[in-house]
Amino acid sequence: MKIAKTGNEAMAEAMRQINPDVVAAYPITPATEIVMIFSQFVADGLVDTEYVAVESEHSAMSACIGASAAGARVMTSTSSQGLALMYEMLYIAAGLRLPIIIAEVNRALSSPINIHGDHSDTMGARDSGWIQLFSENSQEAYDNMLQAVRIAEKAKLPVMVTTDGFIISHCMEVIDMLTDSDVKKFVGEYNPERFLLDVKNPYTLGAIDLQDYYFEHKMQEAEAMKNSGKIILDVAADFNKSFGREYGFFEKYKLDDAEIAIVCMGSTAGTAKVVVDELRAKGIKAGLLKPRVFRPFPYKEISDELSHLKAVAVLDRSDTFSAYGGPLFTEITSALFITRYSLPVTNYIYGLGGRDINTDALKKVFEDLLKNAASKKIENPINYIGVRE
Amino acid sequence: MSDIIEIRWHGRGGQGAKTAALLFAEAALATGKYVQGFPEYGPERMGAPVQSFNRLSDKPITLHCGITEPDFVVVLDPTLIKTVDVISGLSENGAIIINTEKSAAEMKKELNFKGRVFVINASKIAKECFGRAIPNTPMMGALVKVTNFLEINGVMDDTRKKLEKKFSRKPEIIEGNIKSIKMAYDEVSGE
Repeated sequence: MKIAKTGNEAMAEAMRQINPDVVAAYPITPATEIVMIFSQFVADGLVDTEYVAVESEHSAMSACIGASAAGARVMTSTSSQGLALMYEMLYIAAGLRLPIIIAEVNRALSSPINIHGDHSDTMGARDSGWIQLFSENSQEAYDNMLQAVRIAEKAKLPVMVTTDGFIISHCMEVIDMLTDSDVKKFVGEYNPERFLLDVKNPYTLGAIDLQDYYFEHKMQEAEAMKNSGKIILDVAADFNKSFGREYGFFEKYKLDDAEIAIVCMGSTAGTAKVVVDELRAKGIKAGLLKPRVFRPFPYKEISDELSHLKAVAVLDRSDTFSAYGGPLFTEITSALFITRYSLPVTNYIYGLGGRDINTDALKKVFEDLLKNAASKKIENPINYIGVRE
Repeated sequence: MSDIIEIRWHGRGGQGAKTAALLFAEAALATGKYVQGFPEYGPERMGAPVQSFNRLSDKPITLHCGITEPDFVVVLDPTLIKTVDVISGLSENGAIIINTEKSAAEMKKELNFKGRVFVINASKIAKECFGRAIPNTPMMGALVKVTNFLEINGVMDDTRKKLEKKFSRKPEIIEGNIKSIKMAYDEVSGE
């Protein structure tokens, strides 16, 4: 059914349809509406969820971990400082292999204080062992939430589904919502292999693990993340078969015959599609690759798709402060190197603190790419766009 | 004008500029269009100048940047004209619709705008139709007329459905709002 929803409403509706056993959350802008709307669903009796109102995000994730270990299907939502406050517990959720879902609304980190959308918060959690799915718009946020449940429970890994703060979270758009019964059927029942409330089969979870076995357990976690790639694709294939919407590791937009391309994640990819169309109308072979799955990073698949290009620009909505480019740039250049492809790749850091990025700014990136493709050289590998000097 | 129509709403915090943009988006969807509706991103304060936005198209909309060169501007509060540059980025092919008791000719002169200027006394219509000077629903009617992109009956039907949920115990508010949309649609005038 086609319906107008904001990104936050779409994620809250997905949570209602998933009907998790436990939600523990603490509100934070711009994700507040997700838990606000969901708590109303709880109050109205539209879900069977036990809603735990906690006093901080650290406690929210701690409660999620407890509930998930007990055998419940568990979700929460947060943003920015809230995700940062969960940091310690994120690693524990992943290490204990608990399939918790976060609806995460990307927002800048303090300081300076800012409530708007960039990817700094999510990127701070990129090595915590969580699967990370980025969404371009409300539709993808909704669809990713539904798929995340299946992915998490099969991979035994937690998943965060992200949207861009305000740009998507507060933008009303047309989405195609599935029926409650279709969602129920798609996500299925959660039957954990083992769980702490199964008193007939007691086991120890979270015990100390020193030089003797810690490394083996971490190795297993790394293997699980590696193996989750196939699970993500399988779930996407089933979603497509059931509902006719295609998902994978990434979306290619006019990329196959492109000579130059932008790589970017989240809402900016939508704006970039308009620019690609405009350039194509002028006969310029422009394209776009939009990663959906940032963790696990599909390094080989992305390299293969970029290898035929004459020049690539990677756009990052966060900085690493490494003086060596943003996180997506370093992943992609590293991926191209180890898969033995050599092409000019440049980085553009943009949109920090929600700074608007319009079609003119993206056209300028494509103009630079045309120059790099002709000269086969890179003048400035790391660039900052849309910022005053 | 491209195949996407872009609209900017000007109001004051608490006047319903955000609600108007979101209601308008939902009504546009109900008539079969693709839409976006979003507020100016920032902490809102009662009485402070605020903006909200719409995009409308026959095709899915993927643009996710701000709107700086709108095709249409709607001004809910005429006192904003003295403090906010309401015609900023508005093309001379575009149009502005103002809630005011003044004439279009007067407003055209005051704004020094070469494009089309429309006026409607939406606050008066709102007061007459449902007893409160909240201009956002009648302004939707004026906007439907001026943009000439949506079907007015579809907009009224959808708005009635939305209001029926919100004001189930106050049917007079619902009918008053619907009447105000039609009245503003019929009475908006410009040059």
